[in-house]
Amino acid sequence: MKKYVALILAFSLTLALAGCGGKDDAGSDVKSEGVMTHAEYMAAAVDSQVVVETYVQAKQSWWEDKATIYTQDKDGAYFIYEMACSEEDYAKLTPGTKIKVTGYKSEWSGEVEIIDATFEIEDGNYVASALDVTNMLGTDDLISHQNEFVSFKGMTVEDAGNGSAFMYKWDNSGTDGDDLYFNVSYNGQTYTFTVESYLCDNTTDVYAAVKNLQIGDVVDMEGFLYWYEGVNPHITSVTVK
Amino acid sequence: MIKRKKKVRFSMLALFLLSAALLAGCHGSRGLDAFSMPEEFDESRELEITFWAKNDTNKTQTDIYERAIADFERLYPNIKVNLRLYTNYGDIYNDVITNIATNTTPNVCITYPDHIATYLTGTNVVVPLDELFADERYGFGGSEVHFDSVGQEEVVSRFLEEGAFDGHYYAIPFMRSTEACYVNKTYVEALGYTLPDVLTWDFIWEVSEAALKTGADGNYLVNGQNVLIPFIYKSTDNMMIQMLYQRNADYSTPEGEILLFNDTTKELLYTIAEHGKSRAFSTFKISSYPANFLNAGQCIFAVDSTAGATWMGTDAPLRDISEDKLVRFETAVLPVPQFDPDVPRMISQGPSVCLFNKEDPQEVLASWLFAQYLLTNDVQIAYAETEGYIPVTLRAQNSAEYTDYLARGGEDHALHYEIKIQAAKLLIDNTDNTFVTPVFNGSASLRDAAGQLIETTVKAVRRGQTVDEAFMEALYADTSSLYRLDQGGASASEKKDLGPLPPTAVILLVSLAVVWVLIILYVVLQAKKTKSY
Repeated sequence: MKKYVALILAFSLTLALAGCGGKDDAGSDVKSEGVMTHAEYMAAAVDSQVVVETYVQAKQSWWEDKATIYTQDKDGAYFIYEMACSEEDYAKLTPGTKIKVTGYKSEWSGEVEIIDATFEIEDGNYVASALDVTNMLGTDDLISHQNEFVSFKGMTVEDAGNGSAFMYKWDNSGTDGDDLYFNVSYNGQTYTFTVESYLCDNTTDVYAAVKNLQIGDVVDMEGFLYWYEGVNPHITSVTVK
Repeated sequence: MIKRKKKVRFSMLALFLLSAALLAGCHGSRGLDAFSMPEEFDESRELEITFWAKNDTNKTQTDIYERAIADFERLYPNIKVNLRLYTNYGDIYNDVITNIATNTTPNVCITYPDHIATYLTGTNVVVPLDELFADERYGFGGSEVHFDSVGQEEVVSRFLEEGAFDGHYYAIPFMRSTEACYVNKTYVEALGYTLPDVLTWDFIWEVSEAALKTGADGNYLVNGQNVLIPFIYKSTDNMMIQMLYQRNADYSTPEGEILLFNDTTKELLYTIAEHGKSRAFSTFKISSYPANFLNAGQCIFAVDSTAGATWMGTDAPLRDISEDKLVRFETAVLPVPQFDPDVPRMISQGPSVCLFNKEDPQEVLASWLFAQYLLTNDVQIAYAETEGYIPVTLRAQNSAEYTDYLARGGEDHALHYEIKIQAAKLLIDNTDNTFVTPVFNGSASLRDAAGQLIETTVKAVRRGQTVDEAFMEALYADTSSLYRLDQGGASASEKKDLGPLPPTAVILLVSLAVVWVLIILYVVLQAKKTKSY
């Protein structure tokens, strides 16, 4: 009997967790008047003005009244680079916060982003679940998920190029506190992933976890599908299997 | 392996606020005593100094700094040098200003003269080097120096003078570079043009526009791709400054009067707008690193520092793009475009070294000895060979080791990478054609503003905005305001003679003095009364 109760409880919990999978208010995600859908945003020309409604997923940095943030709605992501934002407003941009952003679409080294933007906070909340894109690595499908919160499963840590599992900065010229670069492979292909120090500094769990990686470790990871001359995920969590 | 560079943040406002804080902090404070040369260097004392250095995200440069420190510490076992590395000058500037307020500046610091001008607003913050230069025992070529120190006459005088302002030397040069135009010669010739020895602006604009022709498939005819930005400039502040200097137009006076917002600037911006609108021209801030586009066959004229030469060309030892995106082409390394090819003018840039003052003059002397060590051949030649830098001493430039290095350009794609050595030769051949802008408190902001004019104009035309007189008027006003150049510019925060005190202030001060005298008198009389009881 206890077994059945435990199973029922576990099943209920699983359903509950699935239900909580961050879809708050996002089921409908109807856009306001004059606001683009994600498809319209993707179709918009670089340098054109864009207006989107989206939800904060993570904050990279605040810098001289400019905020850089990872945002996403149920259809796709929008990376917003150096949006005009007071320090007071920046504090309000917690994960899930709905914002209406007006700015210009831009592309920098393959990273599509919104720049020179302003924003206003709106009612609504949505935290995206990580989309498993492991099988999309190396395919043309991957870029359609650019900037989304994603996960990678069962990747193998490779030599970062310096005989260890990671490097400070891309060429090992940095020190603690700088970006971490590490190589992970899947299906025979190796990819360079990054712990972006503005997003996750050296006090975070992910920074410590990457510093503890060993070549050959098999890891699951989550992060944002950033782009720089190719895929360059900004990793926010690493779990050694 | 793909190398990745990081988008560096622009921090003008922080610099301004920090500068303001520095000025406020210094106001009325006495600061350190001026450095006074000790009789002799006390080698019995353990001394620890810090060296804040900049590298171009280049591991070899880091290794050279570390080796220089180790070698120096062997020569001076009583001096320990702590290295702190930065990858951009802006961060060093920010951190120095922050640390001035707490007297925790480094001892030796890689910097730009523009930045030193701000540091100098503090009292005795930066050490004037004149006395140290000339000291017979510890100065240039000094008799008591533990290594073969260079003589002052062996430092390239043009570079040494760049560290002289306000009547003193405040910096020694460490490395020098200029900008180069890295050209896809293959595409220029495919377009039916012959590359001249010295590029002109007219030539670049003409070829860049010609390159924009597309075929029926929408791809550009010259590269067969759907991406092409014929002309990309990395540093638009340098672009504007060099254009103005080549035209003999105003920029600023040596005293710090801002002259940037003039008619020649406007004329240049109209031309730039035209080519920004057609998409023949773009900038690093708008599009990305020129090298990435050049190496992918998506750019024909890429202007970047000679210190970025190792990223340029099909066989570049450093690159950000993947192998499958590389396109093979012949690269030419030419001076930046000119208005008058017979009188070429190009900017001199590169790291300099300054010393920060400390309470202990022995510490300052130790710093000076280390700074001098950076001018020895071992350091100069090794560092210069990492990029398209040139050594700042004639001793290094004329050494057999360095001339052999230059002669071996193209032998390999690493140490003797041809493009890098061509870039270094470009500066050696054009040293007399280089210039620097006046240094004053605020000159760094003026430089940023010069670049911002181009960035804003190009962004505007790309977004379909009209660039006309109204736009220019607003652009000048906004840029001037953004960089605080409308508040008296440089002079706003400079120390200057404010003239005699106004009468009201004199009356107030006299009144205060009288009140104090009366209070003291009262206290004395009361004390006498008490005694008499």
